[in-house]
Amino acid sequence: MKKIKIEKKILSENQKCSIENKSLLAERNKLCLNMISSPGSGKTTILVRTITELKDRIKIGVIEGDIQTDIDAERIRATEAPVVQINTEGACHLSAVQISRALNKLPIDDLDLILIENVGNLVCPSAFELGEAGKIVVLSVAEGDDKPAT
Amino acid sequence: MLMHEMMVAQNLLVQITDEAVKQNAKPVAAKISCGKLNAVNDEVLCFAFEAIAKDTLCQDVKLEIEHKPLQAKCKDCNQIFNVEFSKPQCKKCESGDFELLPDAPLILEEI
Repeated sequence: MKKIKIEKKILSENQKCSIENKSLLAERNKLCLNMISSPGSGKTTILVRTITELKDRIKIGVIEGDIQTDIDAERIRATEAPVVQINTEGACHLSAVQISRALNKLPIDDLDLILIENVGNLVCPSAFELGEAGKIVVLSVAEGDDKPAT
Repeated sequence: MLMHEMMVAQNLLVQITDEAVKQNAKPVAAKISCGKLNAVNDEVLCFAFEAIAKDTLCQDVKLEIEHKPLQAKCKDCNQIFNVEFSKPQCKKCESGDFELLPDAPLILEEI
């Protein structure tokens, strides 16, 4: 049996794509943030409120991730902000290639801020970089205040 | 629910197959290393890999997964220590004021 050294990142495809997204956003001077939380913590509520409050000052576009439905996207659409829905069809996280496609569908040149609402899941999405400048984590303390902060 | 281990398994299958074809060899085992924050469950990953590798060149590949600890540096005494999630404090001076060091990435080490 022969051993072959590989030493390659397994998620290098996602990594590569996230770097492409990041440079596209940097070139156009757009801020992109990735929101994660467990289901029902209030990501969509915070998004809707942020868009409504800042409507006259900055233009916000939304990439809405969900396993099946477009209920959340409908809530965003009601604020008249541009929104692209991604249905992951069962997958527990958004990946960079999905964001790349979604960015193509958004009128990025007209926007100041792009907010990604990830699939409601606090575990898996944290392992997948999407090309965002930072993450927003919504913590639902009703689920318990004894979680170790990491 | 389709877990993220499936995506890891798919990427693994592609990388191992590519290398095996290049070397004209039949892969039998693969060694992977991962950090604490990659959220990879060994059992789920092995199950996912077995499922997608069935009837491919990689169907006999056994996965060996090595977990690397997450390290942190204490801001009070500069000690570098392995972080325990259940008791996040410095091993030496028990301070809770520390900075996390970069977590080890998920890597296909060798086949």
